Amino acid sequence: MSSTVSATSQNEDWSGGNKPMKASYGKLMMWFFIVSDALTFSGFLAAYGFSRFKFIDSWPIADEVFTHVPFMHGQELPMIYVAFMTFVLIMSSVTMVLAVDAGHHMKQAKVTFYMFLTIIGGLIFVGSQAWEWATFIKGDYGAVKTNGGNIIQFVDADSNKRVALKDFATSIETEREQNLAKNGVWFMSESTLSDYTLDEVIEGFEASPNLLVRTQIIEGTHKTVLSREESLKMLVDNGSYVVEGANLIDNEYGTPLFADFFFFITGFHGFHVFSGVVLNIIIFFNVILGTYQRRGSYEMVEKVGLYWHFVDLVWVFVFTFFYLV
Amino acid sequence: MADAHKLEIFRGLIKFKSNTQKIWGVLILLTIVTTVEVVLGIIKPAFMMESFLSMKILNWIFIILTIVKAYYITWDFMHMRDETPTLRRVVVWTAIFLICYLMWILIQEAGYIFDTYDQGYIKRDF
Repeated sequence: MSSTVSATSQNEDWSGGNKPMKASYGKLMMWFFIVSDALTFSGFLAAYGFSRFKFIDSWPIADEVFTHVPFMHGQELPMIYVAFMTFVLIMSSVTMVLAVDAGHHMKQAKVTFYMFLTIIGGLIFVGSQAWEWATFIKGDYGAVKTNGGNIIQFVDADSNKRVALKDFATSIETEREQNLAKNGVWFMSESTLSDYTLDEVIEGFEASPNLLVRTQIIEGTHKTVLSREESLKMLVDNGSYVVEGANLIDNEYGTPLFADFFFFITGFHGFHVFSGVVLNIIIFFNVILGTYQRRGSYEMVEKVGLYWHFVDLVWVFVFTFFYLV
Repeated sequence: MADAHKLEIFRGLIKFKSNTQKIWGVLILLTIVTTVEVVLGIIKPAFMMESFLSMKILNWIFIILTIVKAYYITWDFMHMRDETPTLRRVVVWTAIFLICYLMWILIQEAGYIFDTYDQGYIKRDF
């Protein structure tokens, strides 16, 4: 049949090698992927927004949760470390554009150098992310979960500062052990027991008269602190169990959804950064081997670069909605 | 291809001599914006805590600054500035329409659920 079609422009259109919108096939497909991935992330962030507006008067305050910086023990430095992470990612985006630019000028040595810096930046970011997770999971003050599923935290009456469970909980002799599948029936087990039992916390609380309970409810810009009587009543009547750190079921910062979204959104983003680093390493070795020099075009660097910038772009939004707003 | 870059930002207010120089210029801009965000986030000026269109002014500022950053990352790092207008519109408007729709519908519903908890008979405060 093809012989019956005359050699017109139509034939050339469909025979391949065309560049619609003046972008090559690979670049266009990368843009397709980026748009769809952007929608996935916006789905996550919009769901985060949903949950947040649903609990708008009791959502944890990010400034009080993310206050840690490595090697700075016991200091409250809200957002400093996340700002550093943002800067590292933007910086590695810059080295990536510089690599693409050097590729346009066919300078192999420069592309190699800039790709190397980009990979290092990516690794620093992923490492920071892991540290951030570890700190978040470990927690620092501890809290009590109520029967209604709310989190109550403890503050000093004079300074209004948070007080850790380990600073006031007493020690009661107990024989309670973690139930593992190997001990009883095979289908029943439980997660790690908290360092303190609820009774120890209550006894310690009753023994220290300047402690107050802080609820999840936000009043203006801070959480509500109850009076001493209300605090005692809240803890004794409604206390259910002790929560230390964070997991998918509950966390000491507030509503469980907060930790769930933290793990899902930053985890999904961290996974993107990780795969970006892997792609960068592959391209890096191809650059060293001179593959693109021989091919006569560094477009592959550009395509992976697009992905890398996209990861940076997403982080800018995660940074805003998780840490700032 | 190599020299096809558009080298001006702010609608021609700042013109760069080379692509490399533009990249550093954009980095400086992004760094300034991030620093402003962090500083505002730490000091939280009182007048910005007022509510405006059912959100704090500070949060509006954060979101606008984020979109500014997103614009420069896409336009200069991802070279959207150098692509054809068609490609630019296809990518940007698709994303903007869908994201706006998604946000509107979810946040609208979340407000409804909050009101149900707040004014209804469901009690969570125990």
